[in-house]
Amino acid sequence: MENNTSAKVSAGIDPGFDQLNRDWYIDKAVQVLVFIGGISAIVFIIGIFVFISKEGYGFLVGEFNFKEFFFSPNWRPTSESKETFGILALIAGTASVTGLAMLVAIPFSLGTAIFIAEFSSGKTREFLKITVELLAAIPSVVWGFIGLAIMNPIIIQTFNVPVGLNVLNAGIILGLMAAPIMTSIAEDALKAVPDRYREAAEAMGATRWQVIYKVVLPAAKNGLLGAVLLGVGRGFGETMAVLMATGHSINIPTSVFDSVRALTATIAAELGETAAGSPHYQALFTIGIFLFVITFIINLVADLVVRGVRKG
Amino acid sequence: MVSAGAAPLSEETVSSQVKLGVRDLHISYHHVTALEGVNFDIHEHEIFGIIGPANAGKTSFLKAINRMDMFTPEMKVEGKITFNSVDVSRIRNVYGLRSRIGVVFPLPVGLPLSIYDNVALSPRLRGQKNRAELDVIVERCLTRAALWDEVKDRLDSLGSMLSGGQQQRLTIARALSQDPEMLMLDEFSIAVDPVTTMRIEDVLKELRKEVTIILVTNLVQQARRLADRTAFFLDGRCVEVGVTEDLFTGEVKDQRTRDYVEGRFG
Repeated sequence: MENNTSAKVSAGIDPGFDQLNRDWYIDKAVQVLVFIGGISAIVFIIGIFVFISKEGYGFLVGEFNFKEFFFSPNWRPTSESKETFGILALIAGTASVTGLAMLVAIPFSLGTAIFIAEFSSGKTREFLKITVELLAAIPSVVWGFIGLAIMNPIIIQTFNVPVGLNVLNAGIILGLMAAPIMTSIAEDALKAVPDRYREAAEAMGATRWQVIYKVVLPAAKNGLLGAVLLGVGRGFGETMAVLMATGHSINIPTSVFDSVRALTATIAAELGETAAGSPHYQALFTIGIFLFVITFIINLVADLVVRGVRKG
Repeated sequence: MVSAGAAPLSEETVSSQVKLGVRDLHISYHHVTALEGVNFDIHEHEIFGIIGPANAGKTSFLKAINRMDMFTPEMKVEGKITFNSVDVSRIRNVYGLRSRIGVVFPLPVGLPLSIYDNVALSPRLRGQKNRAELDVIVERCLTRAALWDEVKDRLDSLGSMLSGGQQQRLTIARALSQDPEMLMLDEFSIAVDPVTTMRIEDVLKELRKEVTIILVTNLVQQARRLADRTAFFLDGRCVEVGVTEDLFTGEVKDQRTRDYVEGRFG
């Protein structure tokens, strides 16, 4: 540095600044470390996929029958006469519960997020934020217990149905369970909208609701969409609560009072009782592959939608 | 000296103290030309003004000098820019280049650090840890940016919480704290009141002894007050380069330059 300065003074022009100094090497080293970190995340994901595929491989090349697997509602992996591996009823179970859960969670979480971010302030806001974060920390087995012990009798009494463990029960439980984390993310998205946008709109005489509806929500839509998709992912992946609250019986539901069984719950309940390497075991892993692919598609769609939003 | 790009541009430039050489510069975004046909040298200790209406390519020009095109993948820079006779496109350590060029962008950027830390950031990046010396640098740079009197009692408050004009001056102070060889000011007075602008202009005139200054401005009178030579950019082309006073006294080669400085368009 001292050399450079003196050269600068004497000659005026110092072309010797392009040196690979210590800072440059540190920078390169950090770049390499970060690269390794990023790559390893990808490697782990691929590793998991390879592992699941390997376990399910025997079934996929052997007894796997595309038509039966996706279009038969009969999941009879332990039948003595003829084993059938149809997951249509399981897909219907997961989809109906997730769909109902989103109907519950989206209005709840977006409403709460808008209230916290736009209408509350000071202590109210801090209190609400902490409460929401506490709710997000409730373990799923506790939610399942609430479904079993509290929601079950309430549903039986209110709607006069024989069983309270059904799509309605699991949908409400799952919706309430997903709402806090969705609220948290949606609130972050709303907070990220700069105040000058609000000020610019308010200065034109827009009402509070007009500011939110016309300016804040459009500006935050990527984050809000992310919150919703995270909720959908939570719904697909949730195991324990849906295992306890759905009734766990194989059924294509015709009303919200039917018991169903979810894809994830099936794996959780049956994997421990199968012989490793048996068709049943491999079929469960094939369900795992299916869940993996679904999750991948949801993420991909989310990515494309967000990109489309950005372009528009 | 070691660098392959150190070859001189021409005989003329070897003798004079050319700080920045620009040859056949062509900048495009997504294959749409933003600036082309720029050829001039900027000399050591010169204040070089660039005037022109919006969208003329002024800011793209500054970005190309500083290798900020690296942040914009769709931005393509062709031609040759040399800084201290080194071709900037072949520089390996761009951080070394950037640390020698101070930039002030038109929108003020007060970093979310204390006012003191904003100004001390650059010296600290270069390893300056001595508090007493940092104090000296901070006071000198804030004074030169005409901000010291307003903030000297609250150096610990956040730089990002200052008013727009104060943040602009904080940005200038930060650029000065780099102890740069060249200073690039892009519409620095955009959020600064006229009195303060004049104070900063006086500082720039003094700084000329130490640094080379590129002054991009919308205010043609500011260019007239400060710049030794001025280039007129229009619609992505460098229309004219000349001694500043000539542009205003009608000694122009191009009618469009006369129209612009006299306020007939733009």
